[in-house]
Amino acid sequence: MLQLVLFNVTNGLIIGAFYVLMALGVAMILNLSNVINFAHGNFLALGGYLAFVLIPYTGFWVALLVSPLLVGLLGYIIEQTMVRRVYSRDPVYSLLLTFGLSFIIQDVCRYIWGPNGLPLTVPDSLSQGLSEDLFFITGYRIFMMSIVIVSIVGLFAFLRYTRLGVRIRAGTLDLDTVAALGINVRLLRSLNFAVGIFLAGLAGVLASGQIGLNPNMGDDLLLPAFIAIIVGGVGSLTGTLLGGLLIGVASALTTVFWASAQEAVIYVIMALVLLVRPRGLMGEEGMFT
Amino acid sequence: MSATTTAKPGQARLNGRPGVQPSGRPALPQWTTAAVIWLVLLSAPLWLSLVGGYTALASHVVVMALVAMALNFLLGFTGVMSFGHAAYFGLGAYGAGLTLRYLSDSTWFAMLNGILLGGIAGTLLGILICRRRGVYFAMVTIAFGQIFYYIAYRWDDFTGGYDGLRGFSRQPLTFGPWTIDIQGNGTLFYYFVLFVFGVCIALMTFLLRSPFGRTLIAIRENQRRARFLGISVDKHIWLSFSISCFFASTAGALYALLNNFADPTSLHYNLSGVIVIMVVMGGMRSFWGPLVGAAIYVVLQDYISSMTVNWMSFVGLLFVMVVMFFPRGILGMLQRRPST
Repeated sequence: MLQLVLFNVTNGLIIGAFYVLMALGVAMILNLSNVINFAHGNFLALGGYLAFVLIPYTGFWVALLVSPLLVGLLGYIIEQTMVRRVYSRDPVYSLLLTFGLSFIIQDVCRYIWGPNGLPLTVPDSLSQGLSEDLFFITGYRIFMMSIVIVSIVGLFAFLRYTRLGVRIRAGTLDLDTVAALGINVRLLRSLNFAVGIFLAGLAGVLASGQIGLNPNMGDDLLLPAFIAIIVGGVGSLTGTLLGGLLIGVASALTTVFWASAQEAVIYVIMALVLLVRPRGLMGEEGMFT
Repeated sequence: MSATTTAKPGQARLNGRPGVQPSGRPALPQWTTAAVIWLVLLSAPLWLSLVGGYTALASHVVVMALVAMALNFLLGFTGVMSFGHAAYFGLGAYGAGLTLRYLSDSTWFAMLNGILLGGIAGTLLGILICRRRGVYFAMVTIAFGQIFYYIAYRWDDFTGGYDGLRGFSRQPLTFGPWTIDIQGNGTLFYYFVLFVFGVCIALMTFLLRSPFGRTLIAIRENQRRARFLGISVDKHIWLSFSISCFFASTAGALYALLNNFADPTSLHYNLSGVIVIMVVMGGMRSFWGPLVGAAIYVVLQDYISSMTVNWMSFVGLLFVMVVMFFPRGILGMLQRRPST
């Protein structure tokens, strides 16, 4: 039993880590640009597929970095050409736009790489289990978790200590003032969008090593990412981090006792949080209205 | 909040002038438009086969038009954006389907149960949703909408799971000694759908012309002003959301009867997005816009999905094109031209 629980907690932390990577990207874009990026899960899938294409030429390690960068670049281009045109309009338009983009990206992936799952080969050094009892902690999982932790720490450091990061945080709180201080808000939003998409691409490469590739692999992560943001509180990236881990572990633990309820439980958590603490666990007062 | 409302100070659209908004754009159905639309709808079975359509397609259009107009009650006339209406549509479908499968062979009873299931679920969740605004309202509605998808998907011995709920069919309608065979006769079923649609449209028109409806429009135009006038905005948004969910689940119940089938994709947020694009494509500030949008979408999808497997790209492109080039929608553009 203990092993079973441990097994599921590990699974929960790993899936939670992916929720967090997804949710942080969605949250950054939501906080600064007030856009819900429906296509985020499809950028994730695209990151995985690009790594799949790159690995035969460059090897895993280069692909791990280059693929998210390429996806981030694509995100930047899409923001420049399409998303920025709807910032000043009713939020329904940005939703519809990213929704349409998600359909297109998913269909293009299916057209190019086929509807069936593909495996992503990871280096042999990462694929062994630790021991008989802890078979579920493979080297790849430890590696994956460390990359996630490094990138989250890196993101928080970026937002705290770099000039661009400070501007992004300031823009989250009061974009008008930031603009009035002479900062190029258009560029700020584009770069912020690209960083968010980069995180999705990174999560995509890591996830494909674990679960393989398929055109709609990101869809199952998108809704939990929204819920992580709602539970953690809009406006607080730390809250998003906590929210993602919380629903990941809760969902995995529920699997032990009642497998059919593994999705339902995260909605119950969301409902409870909204009832008891409407702004979310660590949300800024007044942002989430 | 939004650039499309073009709310100017001094234009409090509170005093009820039925039909025409101060900006010259009609907000409520005008008699001529309504007459033309009803003529087209009523005569559809006569000319449909001439243009390559079929009756089930017409029924499908009317059903989707109903759910799109239900959403427009919220989106176009209250100004809050639900991106989770497929949930209540799908609940209506499952409610009707499950009733016919397990409980009774009365089509009326099945309709009633479907409507109640979706409507009550929407009303209860609305309590949690109605305090959010703008993009966050959308986000919470998406998130809550998806819960029913997972329930239908996981509870497979009751709902049929991923394969959907089969094993039921609509039954002839009985009024005392009379029966109407909507089971075998597609055209009669079309008129039944049209009848329910008509009742819902009449109710919507009545609600929108009532002081309650004018209050909703006031909230759409300027929430802060409405609040200062003593209107409890949250409560009105909750009521509007609930009403909209009841209409959406009515459409869902009809959808189950139309196909004799209910499946989890009718609960999925992808359908919610499709409903929103119908509304926006037709024109979200016009009463009949969603009907036009639904007709175009359903016919296009029917056509494209028979031509190519990559219909998702086409639908996605349609979304992007509408947002970039036709944000006012078809009726919105038609109506605006004379006034500017």
